[in-house]
Amino acid sequence: MIAFKLAFRNLFNAGLKTWLNVFVLSLAFISLVFFNGMIDGWDRQAEVDTKDWSIAEGQFWTPGYDSYDPFTIKESHQVLSHEVQQLIKNKQVTPVLLTEATAFPEGRMQTVLLRGMDVNQDILKLPLEKLKGKKNAVLIGSGMAKTLKLKKDDELMVRWRDKNGTFDAITFTIVYIFDCDVPSIDYGSLYMDIEALRKLTGMDNEASILISNDKNLTAIDSWVYKDNDFLLADIKEIISAKKTGGYVMTFFLLLIGLLAIFDTQVFSVFRRQKEIGTYIALGMTRQRVVSIFTIEGATNSILAALLGTVYGTPLFIFFTRHGISLSDTADMGSMGITASDIIYPYYSVGLIGSAVLLIIISSTIVSYLPSKKIANINPTDAIRGKVS
Amino acid sequence: MKNVMLTSMALLFFVASYAQTGEEIIKRVDKNISAENTVSEITMVIHGKRNQRTLKAKSHTVGNEKSFTEYLYPAGSKGTKMLKLGNSLWIYSPSTDRTIQISGHMLRQSVMGSDLSYEDMMEDRKLLDVYNVKLQGKDTMNGRNCYVLELTAKITDVAYYSRRIWIDTERYVSMKQELYAKSGQLLKVFTFSDFKKIDSRWYPMKINFKDALKQGDGTDYIINSIKFNQQIPDYIFSKAALKQ
Repeated sequence: MIAFKLAFRNLFNAGLKTWLNVFVLSLAFISLVFFNGMIDGWDRQAEVDTKDWSIAEGQFWTPGYDSYDPFTIKESHQVLSHEVQQLIKNKQVTPVLLTEATAFPEGRMQTVLLRGMDVNQDILKLPLEKLKGKKNAVLIGSGMAKTLKLKKDDELMVRWRDKNGTFDAITFTIVYIFDCDVPSIDYGSLYMDIEALRKLTGMDNEASILISNDKNLTAIDSWVYKDNDFLLADIKEIISAKKTGGYVMTFFLLLIGLLAIFDTQVFSVFRRQKEIGTYIALGMTRQRVVSIFTIEGATNSILAALLGTVYGTPLFIFFTRHGISLSDTADMGSMGITASDIIYPYYSVGLIGSAVLLIIISSTIVSYLPSKKIANINPTDAIRGKVS
Repeated sequence: MKNVMLTSMALLFFVASYAQTGEEIIKRVDKNISAENTVSEITMVIHGKRNQRTLKAKSHTVGNEKSFTEYLYPAGSKGTKMLKLGNSLWIYSPSTDRTIQISGHMLRQSVMGSDLSYEDMMEDRKLLDVYNVKLQGKDTMNGRNCYVLELTAKITDVAYYSRRIWIDTERYVSMKQELYAKSGQLLKVFTFSDFKKIDSRWYPMKINFKDALKQGDGTDYIINSIKFNQQIPDYIFSKAALKQ
C-alpha cells in the first residue's frame, strides 16, 4: 500500500510533466477504443446489411457455380425440383436466376448481371414488389444508377443470350432505384421478375441460386450449401485489414506515450539516487524499491484511463448516437466495400477492458525496465549521488 | 401502246428475277465468294466516340474453318496473332509471350476494341444450314438493284435469330446485312462497299461492322490486297505458328 501512496504522491508532485504523460497516454487509449469501436460497429453493420440484402441465412448454389468466376454463370442454372418448390412455397428459400447481359446506357457498353427474383419474396430487403404488374421493368441500386447516369423512369437497352445462345435485346424501364450499402447487390445488377427472365431466356422453372431464410436448412438435393461464414468471409477479411491499419496508428500513439513514461523513469532513477539509497538504507529491499518506481510509472496509465474516460465518454456517446459520416470522404460502395454512409461505432465492455489492460500492462513494462537498474545500486553510492 | 409494252417488259423482268428462290440467291452468293483459301492484307479502322484507331494485319483463311491473322501495326499490337481452328480460337500476345484460348465469356469481348466480337468471328456455319430464307422483295442501294432476303433461324442454337440481306442482282454479292435479336431489335449492321472484280469474282474491299446498340461509326475492315487459292503451308494453322 505504501508503494501506491508514494507513487501517487511523487506523481502529483511532478505536476505538469505527469499530466503531459498522462494526456498523451490517454489519447492513445481513446484512439484505440475509438478506432476499434468504429471498426466493430462497421463490422456489425456490414454483416447485418449483407444478411438483409444478399445472403439471409445462407445460400444454395447450382453445382459448378462460383460467384467469383463469371465464366460459371452461363451454365449454372437448373430446374427446380418438387422439394425446392415446396421450400419456396413455405418461404424457406427464394430462387434467383442469373443471366449475363450487356446494357447500353446512351450507347455505352456495360456488362451487367440480370437477376431474376420472386417479386413476392420477403427474405431479402430488395423492394421487388415495385416490379409487380409492370412489363419490361427493372430495379437498380443507387450506386449503379450514379455510375450509369440513370434515373427513375429512364429506359435502358439490354442485350443477352437465351439458353440456346441466341441474342435477344429489349428496352427495360427503370421503375425504382433503391439505396443499399452492399456493393455486390447495388453495382452491376439489374433486378427483374424471375418469371419474366425465365420467359426471356427460355429457362422455365429454373434458378441459379437459392437464398435461405432457415438457419437449420443446410442441405437440399443437387444444390451446394454455402453458409454465412463462407459468404461473409470477404467482409471479415477487409475489416480485419482495416483493423490492422488502425493498430498501426494506435501503436505509434502508444509508443509516444510509453516513450515519455520510459524517459521519465530513467530520469527519475538518476535524479532520485539519494531517495533510493535512503529507502534501501532504511531497510527496504531492492525489489520493494523497484516496485515503488514501477508502480509510479504504471500509475500514469491508470490516470490516463481515468482522464480518457472523463473526456472520451461524452465523445463516444455522441458518436454512438449520431454515427460517423463517411459519405463526404469516400464512396466505399464503388470500391466494393460494404459500408453505409453513416457508421455507428460499437463500444463493447470487452473492447474498453482490453484497451485499459493493454495501456496498463505496456506502461508497467516500460516503467519496470529503467527501474530494474535499482536492484544493482549500492546504497552508499546512491546516497552520495555517485551512481552514473 | 409503247407504254403498255414497256410496262409489260418491266413486269416480265420482275417476274423472271423473282423466279429465283431465296436459297438459290444465297447459293449463288456463296459460289461467287467462296474460294479454297485466301491470303489478304487488311486495315482495320475502329471509329470510337472521340477518336479512331488503325490496325493492319495479314490474314490466311481456308474456307470458314481455319484462319490465321498476324497484326502488323501499330507497334503496340505488332506480333499479336490469332488462330481459329473450327470452334477453337487462340491468341498469342508477344508482350507476355503467352498463348491463351478464348472461350466462354471471353468470346463476347470485342476483337482489338472493334465492333466485332470473337464470337462473330467464330460463326462458320453456312447460312442455309441455319436459316430459312425468304425473298422479301427488291431495293436499290448505292445505285444498284438488290434482292432483299429475310432469313429466320430454323435451329435454336443460332446467335442471331433473323437477318436481312441485300444482294446485288447482277454481281451476286452481299451489299448489306442487318442482324436482329429474337425480339426484333436490330443488333448489328454490316455494310459492304468498294467492290472489285478479282479473278472473275466481285469482292467487297471494304466492310463496315456496326454494333447498332453502341455509339460510334463502327469498324471499317478494309482489304488492301487479296489473293485467292494460294499455296498456304499447313504449319500456318498450328499453335506452334503463333509463337514464331
